[in-house]
Amino acid sequence: MSSIQWQFPRALEDEAIYILRETAAQFERPAILFSGGKDSITLVRLAQKAFYPGKIPFPLLHVDTGHNFPETIEFRDWLVETLGLELIVRNVQDSINQGKAKEETGKYASRNALQTVTLLDAIEELKFDACIGGARRDEEKARAKERIFSVRDEFGQWNAKMQRPELFDMLNGKINIGENVRVFPISNWTELDVWNYIREEELAIPSIYFSHEREIIERDGMYWPFSPYLNTTEEEVPFRSKVRFRTVGDMTCTAAVLSEADKLEDIIEEILAAKISERGARIDDKRSEAAMEKRKQAGYF
Amino acid sequence: MDVLRITTSGSVDDGKSTLIGRLLYDTKSITQDKMEALQAASKRKGLDFTDLSLLTDGLIAEREQGITIDVAHIYFSTPNRKYIIADTPGHFEYTRNMVTGASTSQVSLILIDARKGIVEQTYRHFFIACMLRIPHLVVCINKMDLVEYDEARYNQIVEDFRQLLPGSYYENLEVKCIPISSLYGENVVTRTEKISWYKGEPLLEFLEQIQFDRNDRNHPARFPIQYVIRPKTEQFHDFRGFAGKIASGSFNVGDTIVSLPNGQKSKIKSIEKFGEQLSAAHAGESVVITLEDEIDISRGNILVQEGQPLPEARREVQAQVCWMDQNKLTPGKTYLLQHGPTRIKSKVQQITSVTEVTTNRVEEKSEMGLNDIGRIVLKTAQPVFADTYQSNPANGTFILVDEFSNATVAVGFVE
Repeated sequence: MSSIQWQFPRALEDEAIYILRETAAQFERPAILFSGGKDSITLVRLAQKAFYPGKIPFPLLHVDTGHNFPETIEFRDWLVETLGLELIVRNVQDSINQGKAKEETGKYASRNALQTVTLLDAIEELKFDACIGGARRDEEKARAKERIFSVRDEFGQWNAKMQRPELFDMLNGKINIGENVRVFPISNWTELDVWNYIREEELAIPSIYFSHEREIIERDGMYWPFSPYLNTTEEEVPFRSKVRFRTVGDMTCTAAVLSEADKLEDIIEEILAAKISERGARIDDKRSEAAMEKRKQAGYF
Repeated sequence: MDVLRITTSGSVDDGKSTLIGRLLYDTKSITQDKMEALQAASKRKGLDFTDLSLLTDGLIAEREQGITIDVAHIYFSTPNRKYIIADTPGHFEYTRNMVTGASTSQVSLILIDARKGIVEQTYRHFFIACMLRIPHLVVCINKMDLVEYDEARYNQIVEDFRQLLPGSYYENLEVKCIPISSLYGENVVTRTEKISWYKGEPLLEFLEQIQFDRNDRNHPARFPIQYVIRPKTEQFHDFRGFAGKIASGSFNVGDTIVSLPNGQKSKIKSIEKFGEQLSAAHAGESVVITLEDEIDISRGNILVQEGQPLPEARREVQAQVCWMDQNKLTPGKTYLLQHGPTRIKSKVQQITSVTEVTTNRVEEKSEMGLNDIGRIVLKTAQPVFADTYQSNPANGTFILVDEFSNATVAVGFVE
């Protein structure tokens, strides 16, 4: 099957733009949660389109774990500069220094779960009442039940059983003081939709999505990027190989795939033929069958 | 590429989750790691086959109880179109989720267990599909393997189902019946020898060729304003654009529009999408419209075409509603009525009747609780510019929001 046959369904763009405009209208201080990954890059493009020729009426918030790929940070700064966006960065390291979060230990240590603490603090400090995220329902089972406007209590918690029904395209963003809403404009997109959109819109993305040579180690049947942040055992000897990343998280919890794909067309071909789902390369989801749902209850976005 | 949205409903164990699992599996939408997780989970449950229903039963409580308790969205694509399935639960206490899932769908897929035939659930699903006027109804008579693929049994169920149609029948309704076995994947994606007496298409083949209606385009034009764009930059100094998604009908550059509620008129100067100039835009498109004249327009205004039927300015709204909150509807209480981008204070004047959805019996009742469907009369603080749901669905619905809990407590269909 050739990827050229697969087109991006434009109805999804109309829907996402509609959601972003509702967010701007219904909330006082929304922000885009920006990770530098392809989904948040897509969000930025949609926000540009939603308000053109006006400026995007909200800042980007990046919760920096300190374990990001340097390529991602470089890309983030380039995008912000090029599009003239407002960027706010909050660091997980600060939460650790303040004693609010504790570094994990052992070879599976990652700062992924620690982000929640920094995010919730940032929401409180900056008084954001809506945080726009690039989560998609096709990523994971618990996300399949997520609403487009998802209300979180003062502690950032998600209650799956108390969700507001969403009917037709009507969005109810009414909240009490202290509560906030997570907004997911690309809820109905799949990984393939995002890639086709990036291709059709000719969007720039960080270089680590494309095939490149890198030092990796093999662990649990997956290829982990070797970095100073990864705790390795003696048997885990790094070696160089041609890889790319299908999803961009921290260097400690994002597995690489062996790949020669260095063009968007090749990436799309690869996804169509792929044997591993996108979040299958996210080590943080492998902890248990309900890993994502438990993190969401705790306020993870 | 278009997007076809399907809602599925079924009783607890009529194999709905297995059917969806089958659609994903047979269209190769399940990746190897998901498949392996599924096999492992099936083994843990002591099953000697891979239980495809485990794919969709997402939440912890659901896995514990083996049931589906909320609306889950599932995606798959063929080279022809993208499919979104809103998988909704079939428990009697979850009517609200069925209505929610059905609200965005063009196809309602009803499952019937071939051994049991039409059950109470079937009536409920059918009632909801009719209330929402979903254009395509697909009835899958499932578990044919358990009735020896008996044609007579199938025909009997189809006949029983057709008995429901008169009286509920609405314009454009199309009904398709298919005998399937989701467990063995028979007539889901591929045909089967075992049901050779059935000459129609398997389920997916049927879904692939559905021409879902673009009726919204043929209805009177409605453009609710979401947001006003005023860049105030040097380059776009005087730019004043009205952003929104066209609810119904079409707009062309040069058309004369009327802005409601104030009734001021102007001509469309431009229709834009990210700087691209369009000559026309249709229902479903998110655009920015600029006008020839500086008239006072803000969020909540609706632009309509001059010369087309106007929506009525309603101070009293009669509607069929589905109540979705634990707290009962209280006559005399005020709620916020959200219609498109506007929220208006409203008061419940009267509960006219409540319909028993499994029997279609209308009863005079003075209260409505969770999952009840009935008719009410609301008085509103400002006029609501809604069409009837029957004449223009895209401008004929609203939700009620509780002023204190902020919960969405009801969906209404204007009559």
